[in-house]
Amino acid sequence: MPKDNSIKSVLIIGSGPIVIGQACEFDYSGSQAARSLREEGIKVILINSNPATIMTDPMMADKVYLLPLTVESIEQILEENKIDAVLPTMGGQTALNLCKEADELGVWQKYNCRLIGVDVDAINTAEDRDLFRKLMVKIGIKVAPSHVANSFLEGKEFAQEIGFPLVIRASFTLGGSGGGFVHNKEELDAALKHGLEASPIHEVLVEKAVLGWKEYELELLRDKNDNVVIICTVENLDPMGVHTGDSITVAPAMTLSDTAFQDMRNQAILMMRSLGNFAGGCNVQFALNPETEELIAVEINPRVSRSSALASKATGYPIAKIAAKLAIGYSLDELKNQITKTTSAYFEPALDYVIVKVPRWNFDKFKGANDTLGLQMKSVGEVMAIGRSFTEAIQKACQSLENEAVGLGYYGKSLMKSEEIVEYIKTPKWDRIFRIKDALMQGVTVKTIAQATGIDRWFLYQIQSICNVEKQIAEYSLDTLPTEILKHAKKEGFSDLQIAKILQGTCTEEQVYEKRKALGITRVYKMVDTCSAEFEAKTPYFYSTFEN
Amino acid sequence: MPNQSKTAILLLADGNIFYGQSFGKTGTTTGEICFNTGMTGYQEVFTDPSYTGQVIIMNNVHIGNYGVKDADVESDSIKIKGLIGRNLEEQFSRIQAKGSLNDYLIANNIIAIEGIDTRALVAHVRTQGAMNCIISTEITDIEKLKYELVQCPNMDGLELSSTISTKTEYELGDKNADLKVAVLDFGVKKNILNCLVERGVHIKVYPAKTPASKLKEFNPDGYFISNGPGDPAAMPYAVETIKEILKENKPFFGICLGHQLLALANGISTFKMHHGHRGLNHPVKNLVTGKCEITTQNHGFGVNPESIKNNNNVEVTHINLNDESIEGIRLKDKPAFSVQYHPEATPGPHDSRYLFDDFVAMMHKN
Repeated sequence: MPKDNSIKSVLIIGSGPIVIGQACEFDYSGSQAARSLREEGIKVILINSNPATIMTDPMMADKVYLLPLTVESIEQILEENKIDAVLPTMGGQTALNLCKEADELGVWQKYNCRLIGVDVDAINTAEDRDLFRKLMVKIGIKVAPSHVANSFLEGKEFAQEIGFPLVIRASFTLGGSGGGFVHNKEELDAALKHGLEASPIHEVLVEKAVLGWKEYELELLRDKNDNVVIICTVENLDPMGVHTGDSITVAPAMTLSDTAFQDMRNQAILMMRSLGNFAGGCNVQFALNPETEELIAVEINPRVSRSSALASKATGYPIAKIAAKLAIGYSLDELKNQITKTTSAYFEPALDYVIVKVPRWNFDKFKGANDTLGLQMKSVGEVMAIGRSFTEAIQKACQSLENEAVGLGYYGKSLMKSEEIVEYIKTPKWDRIFRIKDALMQGVTVKTIAQATGIDRWFLYQIQSICNVEKQIAEYSLDTLPTEILKHAKKEGFSDLQIAKILQGTCTEEQVYEKRKALGITRVYKMVDTCSAEFEAKTPYFYSTFEN
Repeated sequence: MPNQSKTAILLLADGNIFYGQSFGKTGTTTGEICFNTGMTGYQEVFTDPSYTGQVIIMNNVHIGNYGVKDADVESDSIKIKGLIGRNLEEQFSRIQAKGSLNDYLIANNIIAIEGIDTRALVAHVRTQGAMNCIISTEITDIEKLKYELVQCPNMDGLELSSTISTKTEYELGDKNADLKVAVLDFGVKKNILNCLVERGVHIKVYPAKTPASKLKEFNPDGYFISNGPGDPAAMPYAVETIKEILKENKPFFGICLGHQLLALANGISTFKMHHGHRGLNHPVKNLVTGKCEITTQNHGFGVNPESIKNNNNVEVTHINLNDESIEGIRLKDKPAFSVQYHPEATPGPHDSRYLFDDFVAMMHKN
């Protein structure tokens, strides 16, 4: 059963102004969705209050409304146009909240406009911490012990009951704002007050903190026949306690066994299936106890998200584009893989490379801001790098941050002593990854760093191997640098400039380039094709790397 | 580190040479080259008996990250003949793991090569098809390698099941259970047996060449025909056994090689695929229910789609959404069905475990 032909016009709600926690990822998804619907012959009407977006370009939609994202604007649009359905899942939490508000006022019903891509109950359950927790308990999925509080006194009472450390999360807020960790009684009062004020419904969740557990995210798609696929699994290098938007993240998951991953996959599918029966995208977050591999569900978002934009780029699978097609009635098995054009869209992408995302902060511009990372997202952007190994990808990402770092391999010597660094990295800050590298360069053990940061040892071993290469290079000058080491360094993601710097100014970046070119150590280009080269790709994109 | 490890050579039957570093055991090994696109579950893959005789390329670029663990095996030893990877990892982080991949390969006498441009190699196998290969950490003379390589038998027409099947009968599960199943072991994966036992079935596992008369003595409620390596067309003994079993009209379930053998027993031919299906993301549609499932696959032979059209008694129940190959069949006049993919998964998604429930329900109904 292909598309639902009763849908002839669709309203897409944008995400409004770009703020920390909600940026151009929703412009990307909104644009993709508009294009996806229009190629099906559907008239697309779009509302966004932010004119500085691609999606509001006149050619993206049939009609663009630059209006405040309010129920009044929605009514005006519905008044002026015959709209069959509204797709609110492309504009982040802003769009979902507006959609819900309009629903409560009976606006959609009044204008006979259907909600597609999600349903109101799903929005409520995902956003209301208490409803979410009750649903999880009902379907047998573990969550952290928690209580919903609507007053300061209630919050204090529950905090005592659950015990420290705690997380205070404000209901219905963006990018984790209003949330925070509480380690003791002194911090509790301020955190509760802040959370209650931040929540539009004056509600917070007092939750047991699972600090130090590993954090994962899964991106799911479901069609109207209840077929579900996992598009991507993302592993946070930073453990629980740092907002995903502020975490260094890696795809595919690097440290998950199949037993642990299938457990996660089964739980994510069960969660999505229990959350209404809409067709569209969904993001599920889990915490994993490394001691026992026990899982707890952290949250579910019934919409495309920051992570799905990353997952789309990371896998080549256009999540927003396909989610829009599913919303108008297609099933996954009726659609084609957009990259191979010959195989099915009902499949789970396989990656033969590593994706590393590193957030970019701008604390210089926010004087006096607290630069400790936590539940509230603080980064203003991010870089995504692709490599044929984790080491190559993280080095490329660090090279692209446009700060003083020249990769993870060289940015000057640390002035801190080993003990100071170990103390410093206990608190997550923007420069933690660089200080970890400093510590490893100074001979601090992987074990010590793992204990101080909660970061999985595998990542630390990888960073250690970067350090080892740097130390090896430093023993030579450009003339004496053995070919094998140079080749290995390029495979580990060292840039020519980085190598020149490690060689202590004995040569320039160009000289390193000339030398390796003469040795035949040059880039090769690989495809992002969704399928690990199993099928021929028609419209892939490319990244560069070094191979033997 | 490159200056510490030993160089290794990979030579393909078509003359292509790849250089890398030695990992695991040193020495020389040959086998049919194939690739697996799965991103988790390397230990389960390496111990899967269906990989007997094969050298496997892991497309995922980091293998070994979470070490190895006793519970994550599909048989009691590594069954692949060699391993090819981009980055094979000695260091691992899983707290539950017992040891590293490197030590595990050495303990199992498995030769591996790493630092290979696996993507280029996979693309080559995808276009040129399955072929034999040789990995060596000791022979550097290409002519000598070529000589060794031609000694490696061709997978087409090769019978391997009887070499790895259990030598003696054994039983699993509750002996007082309501249901008894006779399992014909052509290289069965441990988790298939678990999936039956978990559903309250008492099973007895038999060597590959056990005659039907012997299986009948157990008086089972159903028969299970396992997965396994090699060419099904080279197993007339198995086809005969299955023909005999089918005469009993008892519930019958076959997986992978078991599926191909059910087809052969019904006069439908099998064929050697260009490069096979191996991975954890293969899309299958159940034509009976209309539902889709993401499946684990590992096969280099398939059931001939032309041949099946001429058989009125066999219904295609599952197809592959990528290439429309046959993924499942059932007989119209008997309670017998089979699938080409691996519903027990391990590694892989658990979408298809309902097939074990179907089999159990079929036996209860009978």
